[in-house]
Amino acid sequence: MAYVLQQLINGLTLGMIYGLIAVGYTMVYGIIGMINFAHGDVFMVGAFLSLIALTALSGMGVTSVPLALALTLVFAAGIAALYGWTVERVAYRPLRGSFRLAPLISAIGMSIVLQNFVQVSQGARVKPMPEMLPGGITLMTEDNFAVQLSWMQMVIVIVTLTLLAAFTYLVTKTSLGRAMRACEQDQKMAGLLGIDTDRTISITFVIGAALAAVAGLMFLLYYGVIDFYIGFIAGVKAFTAAVLGGIGSLPGAVLGGLAIGLIETFWSAYFSVQYKDVAAFSILVLVLIFMPTGLLGRADVEKV
Amino acid sequence: MLRDAALSALVAFGLFGPMIGLKTEVGVAAIELHTRPIAVLIAVAAVFFGRLGLLAWQSTRPVQKAAPGRMADSLAYIGRYLTPIVLVLTITMPFYAERYWIDLGILVLTYVMLGWGLNIVVGLAGLLDLGYVAFYAVGAYSYALIAQNFGLGFWSCLPLAGILAAFWGVLLGFPVLRLRGDYLAIVTLAFGEIIRVVILNWTTLTGGPNGMSGIPRPTLFGLVFNSGGGKGSFADFFGIEPSISHRVIFLFYVILGLALLTNWVSLRLRRLPLGRAWEALREDEIACRALGIDVTVTKLTAFAIGAAFAGFAGAFFATRQAFISPESFTFIESAIVLAIVVLGGLGSQLGVALAAIVMIGGGEMFRDFQEYRMLIFGGALVLVMVVRPRGFLSGRTPSVSLGAKKKIGANLMTEGHG
Repeated sequence: MAYVLQQLINGLTLGMIYGLIAVGYTMVYGIIGMINFAHGDVFMVGAFLSLIALTALSGMGVTSVPLALALTLVFAAGIAALYGWTVERVAYRPLRGSFRLAPLISAIGMSIVLQNFVQVSQGARVKPMPEMLPGGITLMTEDNFAVQLSWMQMVIVIVTLTLLAAFTYLVTKTSLGRAMRACEQDQKMAGLLGIDTDRTISITFVIGAALAAVAGLMFLLYYGVIDFYIGFIAGVKAFTAAVLGGIGSLPGAVLGGLAIGLIETFWSAYFSVQYKDVAAFSILVLVLIFMPTGLLGRADVEKV
Repeated sequence: MLRDAALSALVAFGLFGPMIGLKTEVGVAAIELHTRPIAVLIAVAAVFFGRLGLLAWQSTRPVQKAAPGRMADSLAYIGRYLTPIVLVLTITMPFYAERYWIDLGILVLTYVMLGWGLNIVVGLAGLLDLGYVAFYAVGAYSYALIAQNFGLGFWSCLPLAGILAAFWGVLLGFPVLRLRGDYLAIVTLAFGEIIRVVILNWTTLTGGPNGMSGIPRPTLFGLVFNSGGGKGSFADFFGIEPSISHRVIFLFYVILGLALLTNWVSLRLRRLPLGRAWEALREDEIACRALGIDVTVTKLTAFAIGAAFAGFAGAFFATRQAFISPESFTFIESAIVLAIVVLGGLGSQLGVALAAIVMIGGGEMFRDFQEYRMLIFGGALVLVMVVRPRGFLSGRTPSVSLGAKKKIGANLMTEGHG
């Protein structure tokens, strides 16, 4: 029982991180109908930016952990947003209206560029990072097995929930959110009604990248090691989460993220750690085949 | 113009400042930061002047569309002469080149073959397959396993490897064919990773991360190639001095033959109704369905045939290296093959060959810049998509036509959303 509870906590934390990345996939897919293949790598860039910022801040003598985390969050999200904007501007915008595989191939190119840019500029070695928030609270003890809820996990859950709440507000209540939803429904019509579609799409990328960078910071704090390759696996899993939840649906992305996080954790705990990626990928394949609209997605009606 | 360039430089500073300027190094006690201001300055300046130059070039050049037919015509004209030249140079290569170059030639030809194989799937049928390397792995491991467990030779295993890879292609293709283009891409990518992870962890069968070694070398009608000569060896039979380079030359011709076979088969297939159905499918899936083409069968055959060639290439790879490990079958290999197909122009045979020569051959020559190689690959993918989405050599002739064949330029072609 205690073991199950512990896995539940770990799975939910991991799921939150996947959910944050998945939001970026699902938003971009909703608005321009393409898989932003480089999104996972923006997440990786965000993790590296966080590492750089945290190291620089400790070098400058900022000892207060909350302050350091807050500054890092703002810095990483800001710079990663710039990356997201640049990726869209350079690799996707010129291809709007091109043949259908073009943006995807361009996105793969961009993903390779980001990965190798980080490898060249930051080195290929795995970067460890000392634990910032050690300790936690023990929820219960059963047969000498203590269920731990670490401070780190609490921070991750709280930050994620806050961001998602803010983001939901942005999409549902503000005029920017309305513009985004309008572009999602019909880009041409939205343009005719005076919405700057290019700007709206850019902002979508910027927000998605910022959320991914926050996820990168969480990942760095939670696992304590990063390398330039984390974006690939995390990206595919987050994409799985987006598809599982129903691509285009925001609550779906979070729900899918949680599901993937839980499945991965329980799979690792009870079956085999080596095959945990296989579990996640198999779910992707199964969902796409048997339930292409996902949990909360709408059926896609194809017009000719 | 200056303002625009300055803005670009500012963005570049934001992008490169932290990533290039501050390098994290794993120190003794903790992570240390090293600053590299000069590198940032160079990168930002490069962006500034690059942007300035681009804008200046765009403003001096009047906006015009290149005459559509002419470009394709001249390409086809060059192609007509280039193809035999390249072919003759390749066939005669072992007679004038040194050992190193022949080795490089084998490597390039392996990628040419993979490129042509993937071209069937991506270029002709328009199905983006990001897990192509999985079939390559299936071919390599099938050969290695069959050879080690049942003692069969290369030539009897080669078709088996192809059939097994095709079988996996059908197995994967069957469920995923209903998916849209980009979903298909992700599923094939996931499939490629699943295969790799399974190979990596199924230690009792595949040796896991240690790989499999001692894979038998190919023979020529039962004549073995070895450095010592001896009874039954190639050198002994022909009464010549035994030399290791005989095997290299033999391998070179084997892969050349396999690659040409791939080319010949795909060229012939293009003229069959099946091949034309592939190309129609690429252009507009809905129209295809409306015209009564069996979309499932058409896609499946493209998948299976593409996979079979990857399987052949995989078996060859295994026999050439005599050692295989999961390291050789990562996603990046799929990406390289895809890059070759895309840069060469989707559907163009000569383009794929040239792209493989430039990318693999060129990449090997700049070994010192190894870590920048993939950076350039990725950048090239983006650039080609932005500048010439159909690749560099993408003019096509209709496979079947009434009367004289007319060239169709890449920029005349549009595509439906299938």
